[in-house]
Amino acid sequence: MAEISAIGETGQRPHTGGPVLSVENLSLDFPLRTHILHAVRDVSFTLERGKTLCLVGESGSGKSVTARALMRIVDKPGRISGGTVTLNTDGNPLDVTALPDGSKEILKLRGGKIGLIFQEPMSSLSPVHTIGSQIIEVLRLHRDMSKAEARAETIELLRQVEIPKPEEMIDRYTFEFSGGMRQRAMIAMALACDPDILIADEPTTALDVTTQADILDLIKRLQTSRGMAMLLITHDLGVVAEVADEVAVMRFGRIVETGDVDTIFHAPQHPYTKRLLAATVKLEEGRKAAQGGPAEWSTPILSVREMTKVYGGGTSWFGKVPSALKAVDGVSFDLHAGENLGIVGESGSGKTTLGRLILRITEPTEGKITYRPGPGEEIDVRALSKDKLRDFHRQVRLVFQDPFASLNPRMTVKQVIADPLVVTGGMSGKAIEDKVAHFLELVGLDPLAMERYPHAFSGGQRQRIGIARALALDPKIIVADEATSALDGSIRSQILDLLLDIQRQLDLSYIFISHDISTVRYFCDRVAVMHKGKIVELDAAEKICTAPEMAYTKSLISAVPSPDPRHKRMLHRHRFQA
Amino acid sequence: MAMNRTVHIQDETGPAVTPLKPEGGREEMAAAGQWKLIWHKFIRNKLALVSAAIIIVLYLVAAFAEFLAPGDPSASRPQYTYAPPQPIGFFVDGGDGESRFLPHVKGYAVEVDPESYRRTFVPDDEQIVPIGFFVEGAPYKFWGLFDMNMHLLGALDPTQPMYLLGTDRLGRDLLSRLIYGTRVSMSIGLIGVGMSLVLGIVLGSLSGYYGGWVDTAIQRLIEVVSAMPTIPLWLGLAAAIPLTWSPLQVYFIITLIVSLLGWTGLAREVRGRFFALKTEDFVTAARLDGSRERRLIFRHILPSLTSHILAVVTLAIPTMIIAETALSFLGIGLKPPVVSWGVLLQDAQNIRTVSSAPWLLVWPAGAVVVAVLSFNFFGDGLRDAADPYES
Amino acid sequence: MIRYIIKRLLYMIPTLFGMSLIAFLIIQLPPGDYLTSMIASMTQSGQNVDPAQIALLRRIYGFDDPIYVQYWKWITGIVTRGDFGHSFEWNRPVSELIWDRMGATLSLSIASLLFVWAVSIPIGIYSAVRRHSISDHVFTFFGFLGLAIPNFILALTLMYVSYRFLGQSVGGLYSPEYTGAPMSWGKLLDLLAHLWIPVIVIGTAGTAKLIRILRANLTDELHKPYVVTARAKGLPEHKVILKYPVRIALNPVVSAIGWVLPELVSGITITAIVLNLPTAGPLLLRALISQDMYLAGSFILLMGVLTLVGMLISDILLALLDPRIRFR
Repeated sequence: MAEISAIGETGQRPHTGGPVLSVENLSLDFPLRTHILHAVRDVSFTLERGKTLCLVGESGSGKSVTARALMRIVDKPGRISGGTVTLNTDGNPLDVTALPDGSKEILKLRGGKIGLIFQEPMSSLSPVHTIGSQIIEVLRLHRDMSKAEARAETIELLRQVEIPKPEEMIDRYTFEFSGGMRQRAMIAMALACDPDILIADEPTTALDVTTQADILDLIKRLQTSRGMAMLLITHDLGVVAEVADEVAVMRFGRIVETGDVDTIFHAPQHPYTKRLLAATVKLEEGRKAAQGGPAEWSTPILSVREMTKVYGGGTSWFGKVPSALKAVDGVSFDLHAGENLGIVGESGSGKTTLGRLILRITEPTEGKITYRPGPGEEIDVRALSKDKLRDFHRQVRLVFQDPFASLNPRMTVKQVIADPLVVTGGMSGKAIEDKVAHFLELVGLDPLAMERYPHAFSGGQRQRIGIARALALDPKIIVADEATSALDGSIRSQILDLLLDIQRQLDLSYIFISHDISTVRYFCDRVAVMHKGKIVELDAAEKICTAPEMAYTKSLISAVPSPDPRHKRMLHRHRFQA
Repeated sequence: MAMNRTVHIQDETGPAVTPLKPEGGREEMAAAGQWKLIWHKFIRNKLALVSAAIIIVLYLVAAFAEFLAPGDPSASRPQYTYAPPQPIGFFVDGGDGESRFLPHVKGYAVEVDPESYRRTFVPDDEQIVPIGFFVEGAPYKFWGLFDMNMHLLGALDPTQPMYLLGTDRLGRDLLSRLIYGTRVSMSIGLIGVGMSLVLGIVLGSLSGYYGGWVDTAIQRLIEVVSAMPTIPLWLGLAAAIPLTWSPLQVYFIITLIVSLLGWTGLAREVRGRFFALKTEDFVTAARLDGSRERRLIFRHILPSLTSHILAVVTLAIPTMIIAETALSFLGIGLKPPVVSWGVLLQDAQNIRTVSSAPWLLVWPAGAVVVAVLSFNFFGDGLRDAADPYES
Repeated sequence: MIRYIIKRLLYMIPTLFGMSLIAFLIIQLPPGDYLTSMIASMTQSGQNVDPAQIALLRRIYGFDDPIYVQYWKWITGIVTRGDFGHSFEWNRPVSELIWDRMGATLSLSIASLLFVWAVSIPIGIYSAVRRHSISDHVFTFFGFLGLAIPNFILALTLMYVSYRFLGQSVGGLYSPEYTGAPMSWGKLLDLLAHLWIPVIVIGTAGTAKLIRILRANLTDELHKPYVVTARAKGLPEHKVILKYPVRIALNPVVSAIGWVLPELVSGITITAIVLNLPTAGPLLLRALISQDMYLAGSFILLMGVLTLVGMLISDILLALLDPRIRFR
């Protein structure tokens, strides 16, 4: 913190009074082939020094376009069709919408007065230029520095965003940085010319939850110390609650509700805001656990022992491959009948690999999987022949993450769901059709839709079709791999409820793999926390989420933003040094 | 900071749009299979549509060459060597100052260049050669099966000259030769691509599905073949054809040579797609559904590949046509009496011939370019429409 | 970087081996060999053939050896002594005949490659940035035309046009008065006057393809987030485009040497035959027709090697341009 306050000179900007940026009735159109899309309609808001406005909405609500319009970088064919954007940094109000395209004033404002950070840390920096050269470029563009000065300043900036060894890292390329580090470099670039306004467009969406907490922390500190106004765009109400002063909720291009953060969270007016909040807050409590399972679990239906998967490590023509990667490292757990076991971890923790190892989509390097379909029966899954493995796959099913990629677009819904039945054989066409209709009803879809192709369905509906396919063979266990991650908030909780509903009707156990702690908490009885291929903690969901024991779990749980501005969690979170 | 608290209470259900064109058929598309979607996407590309029509016409010409050609492609009339194209007229002077409808071409008058003593032909306005549809002319065996002598277009009196595109060195009708050449050149493209396809699919699928050393070996082979400059290779292979072989044998071996070197691109394409599809979630899902390898390939992977393969194949046909043309042009491909566009162009090798009889270059070359362009546009259209599911 | 180059060089060895097999296959492919065709033509013209002499020749040339022995002799001759075998038709070692011709092929390839780049890069960039403008459509149309017209037809057409309208005969690389003369400014100008037709003929198809590739790549790159980043920095638009997306979209253009070069060499072969240029093409064709197989095989092998070297250079250039490859 001491380092940060050293740059506090900007804390005393000339205060000219009034908002530093005000948007009035901004509208944006995209003329497309068959129609004009009114992406932004009559949007008004103001940004003030030292304050953060959060623009919240689900995907496609027009929030990113709005932000980019402030810098006049809307992609073609989009155009501003009405309204004004007034920038007032030095007492001379400037109407940004009135400036001609490519004019000097616009170029000066971009990077100079408004800095931009956005979502994709992987692709938002040029892959063929060094990090340093990309930052130096901004400095030389706006601050009239010599090369040497700019380089020194860049090192200083990298230090401020807490990139270790900035003298070395300045000459590195983007692909040598991790996601979090890239986002830091991006922040350094956006702040290089000390802008009055920082626009952060989903700056942490692509990051792991602990990295997200770090980055949000950093942005917030830099913003306060520099006295910048910030426009933060996000779909995550937790993030909003943690950092916002003011909130504007956007839907279908319109701001449906604005207000200060406390009012929005505790006295929402608009039905849409209420729905958004309900979907988020709902996940804050464990529903499955509240239903209460049996106090003592019987013999486990599936046991995994010392599961290990090593990638690489062989030799090639040109000598040894540098390092063998242990994606999964000696993992053991039991799954009981009727239980929902969550496997939670950040990207690279090995959770997805683990799911695939259980099903032998990927062959394990070591370990034992024992499946107990009935009393006294015991199957060693790793010893199964190809044919026997098919039987196993009938009882242990997988639900995929991406509802778009997991359904064959060239088959009708009926063909998709019936495929496992057809392969198993022994059913007449009529019987199959009846069964498909039954499963469609079970997952809440109209059986009449079975002749349609997947492209006619939305993401949530497709995920329902995927679930119906998984159910088609009367499975005992369903492995759900990030099954709700690709869905928007309100649909996510619907799917979770559907899965729980089905569990009550059929005798099922779930292995629920997710990076999202609140979904796991809602859905699971027990949770295994994975880190670097190992399970660091396995306990009841409620215990893990409220009173974790291991240091890593603590840091993970405390990094999850809380969707309540009165109980900000991240600021006093645990940090974990690996 | 006091911010105006605004709430728009009405709840909307979708993004705001102003339609520019009437939208319809949404419901219909919901139950549309892949080919229907591809078709819908394809017909939006007018250029590809026109090209498809041209290709169909070319293949019709190839199929009915005997009937469409006004005469026998190898019948030579030494008295009409290098005769220029005749224009078609529709009215003749009836003798009483009124014109009478009578489709015709003008006959030829011979002029001898006083300097070079070369004979040249000029259309003679005095000579009228009446022409018509469905005339009787040179007899032929249609598709080698039926004896016929009906021609779509010809001089009413078959002994009279009608050379709409002129004649060559031996006084043979260029139009008839061009039409017969269409049959050979267009079919080489099709058969060659068929052979390439079989090779490409078999090797590409093996490579893509089994991976490992099979893949490495096949990839190496593809690498070597595609690194070799094609024309020298074609030349080398074609030069090995024994002179004693029959025209039909030569035809097939040339097709084979052309396709041997064309399959690499296909194999690479198939392999790439195969690899991509193999790891697609829906294929993994099908495997977990209990599908065996064979069902995986034929039910899940191949249907996703066919439209792409079709596009690549279409784009490979013009290469084959060009290859045949080039080989024949150089005199080591097809040889007379077989007629192909390349064989026709052989007559245009000499710059002096071309300058005195430019039609010998213009028409066959034009045919090649039109065919190749059409295949390219058509193939591009197919390729763009091949995946109707990508946004 | 050096490690990378060595790796590339090692990878070339199996490919070279494959190419030599193909070249040797072509040498062996024609039924009979040069001697049988020589005997045939001698008996035809009524000359007496001395069986003893034939047998001697057969032994000298090793026509009776098993095929792998013949290959081994041939390839070791090339690798260790630069001996490509004997040209029966010219009755001289092949190595005396090929180098001039290969040199001309190489120079023409380089000239054409430069032409291809010089034309396709600016047009490709323009077309991508001004997508769907009138000029873009015009370029696209000519691109398609360039792809559709086979080399030799283009050569014939240009020859006809220049003969008919410019009164210039365009065969060969030099006018008769300069052939065999030492290099001078006059000769150089004369060369350039002759060079434009082959270069255009050979380069057109490659240019058209590269324009399409560059246009497609750049169009993709133009919408990448890093372009927005560059724009958000306040860079003027032309700098945004030239410094970032163009820089990345050029990579495939550079690596295109790998497949453009074989096409150029291929195009040179046939164009040279039509235009009667002193490159490898006409000699190759003649050798093939007269079954002078060692000469023909050597040309085919060397052309393959030429494109391989081109690929190596493109790999190295690409590694220099793109740090992601360099660091792998």
